[in-house]
Amino acid sequence: MTTATTEHAAPAQWRRRAPRTELLVFGAWVFALAFVSWCFQVMTAETIWSFVTDAPKQAADIGGRMIPPDWGFTRELLWPLWETLNIATLGTLIGIVIATPVAFLAARNTTPSALFVRPIALLIIVASRSINSLIWALLLVAIVGPGPLAGVFAIALRSIGFIGKLLYEAIEEIDETQVEAIDSTGAAPAQVMAYGIVPQVAPTLAGISVFRWDINIRESTVLGLVGAGGIGVKLEAALSVLAWPKVTMLLIVILATVVVSEWISARVRQKLL
Amino acid sequence: MSADLAVTAERQTTWRRPPFILNAWLRWSLIVGAFAYLVLGIGSLEVNWARVVQGLERGYLFVKAFLSPDFVSRWDDIQRGFIESLTMTVTSTAVGVLLSIPVAIGAATNLAPRWIYLFCRGFIAISRTLNEIIVAILLVAMFGFGPFAGFLTLTFATIGFMAKLLAEDIEEIDPDQLDALRATGATFWQGLDFGVLTQVLPRLIGLSMYRLDINFRESAVIGIVGAGGVGDTLNTAMDRYEYGSAAAVILVIITIVMVAEYTSGLLRKRIQ
Repeated sequence: MTTATTEHAAPAQWRRRAPRTELLVFGAWVFALAFVSWCFQVMTAETIWSFVTDAPKQAADIGGRMIPPDWGFTRELLWPLWETLNIATLGTLIGIVIATPVAFLAARNTTPSALFVRPIALLIIVASRSINSLIWALLLVAIVGPGPLAGVFAIALRSIGFIGKLLYEAIEEIDETQVEAIDSTGAAPAQVMAYGIVPQVAPTLAGISVFRWDINIRESTVLGLVGAGGIGVKLEAALSVLAWPKVTMLLIVILATVVVSEWISARVRQKLL
Repeated sequence: MSADLAVTAERQTTWRRPPFILNAWLRWSLIVGAFAYLVLGIGSLEVNWARVVQGLERGYLFVKAFLSPDFVSRWDDIQRGFIESLTMTVTSTAVGVLLSIPVAIGAATNLAPRWIYLFCRGFIAISRTLNEIIVAILLVAMFGFGPFAGFLTLTFATIGFMAKLLAEDIEEIDPDQLDALRATGATFWQGLDFGVLTQVLPRLIGLSMYRLDINFRESAVIGIVGAGGVGDTLNTAMDRYEYGSAAAVILVIITIVMVAEYTSGLLRKRIQ
């Protein structure tokens, strides 16, 4: 205390921020907290809290009913599992076929018209990406009827945006000197595309496709909830009659499928890239 | 032409692109296998063509509905759905990000002891493997219908997503800064505050923005299984065959996602 005899009364302690900034940061935190609490209040305005406080009891009850899993049910699940696999794979294939030209139209260096075509291609990509495959499935089931066909197209429609976005970003980042080299040999535009651009993005496209296939397996397991085929149909049926041992078995099979597909996709991508 | 053939016989003058897979046997078996799969796979679809043809007209009605979406007749439902979705997005992102920070610290090899590391990694693996819809189904069964179950679902998913990516970032920090702090006698918490958090903060903010975007999209889906939000509105509209209202909901979702993506992109660019 007595040692502080310097002329300019230096602050006794180091502070990370100036007092003014500190006040601002504090104010921002208060505002954020108030905003989140307000959102929470609005959200739970109609929540019945007795159901929420009852949840541990419900959880214990359901947990008790879920064990043991119905192992014999597995035999009935092989066909839906095969259907799920087909929905994901065929959906991914259709997605790739549509997404590739869209990506070339959306990439700044390959688009025929940056003013007219590019915005349309980007809009297709954004629209496809904003809508989850389950919502696409909901719409398609109403249009083409329940069954795996709706699932295939739901997966395809969602995949267009994902593959399209990553692919057009890859196309924009290609090495232009290779394109110029092919161009300078007098190649036609289609030849420039085939020998200058496509070889540069083909490995990326393969990697993206496998990655999306893995996500699609995961998503196609629940498409059946809205009637779009696959193993989700069984899940919906088991849930609607509260057959909890079957639900447990379904969850085990779904989890195993997701883990296996993730493993395959990781291995393939490792080899590709 | 005969001259050309003669030259080819002597030495190959035209260049051919080398095949993608060099081993011819493997290449052909892959091609044949792919075709066999396509035939089998498409054959297993069991398409009811009569229903599809009948559906084409509905599809046409639906496309027409997109050109003249009906915002008015179900405006109350749409508004309610979006308020639920948006509040669910904000709260679950805020709570999820806050909870993910301790989990991420626990899941970083350079900070946490072994047993905490394994526990946190296990939690992350479970959270990431379980599909949001399935989590929502279980939570709705436990907590009842409505946005509270949706909030819990999204929070659970946010923790797994954020903690995994944040833990990877924490593992890659510059250890010298932390060592320097420790040398001054800083406690564990001070080390976290000044040595770790300062290094991962930009990424933490960037990831939170990204997750906010994902949570909004997901909040539009989990309503289908009863967890509140605009998915509920959409489901009802489709059940009633009100394509105009459904198209309105979808258009609003697309608009919000576009705006969110644009602003979060701007923010991330400014921070990084």
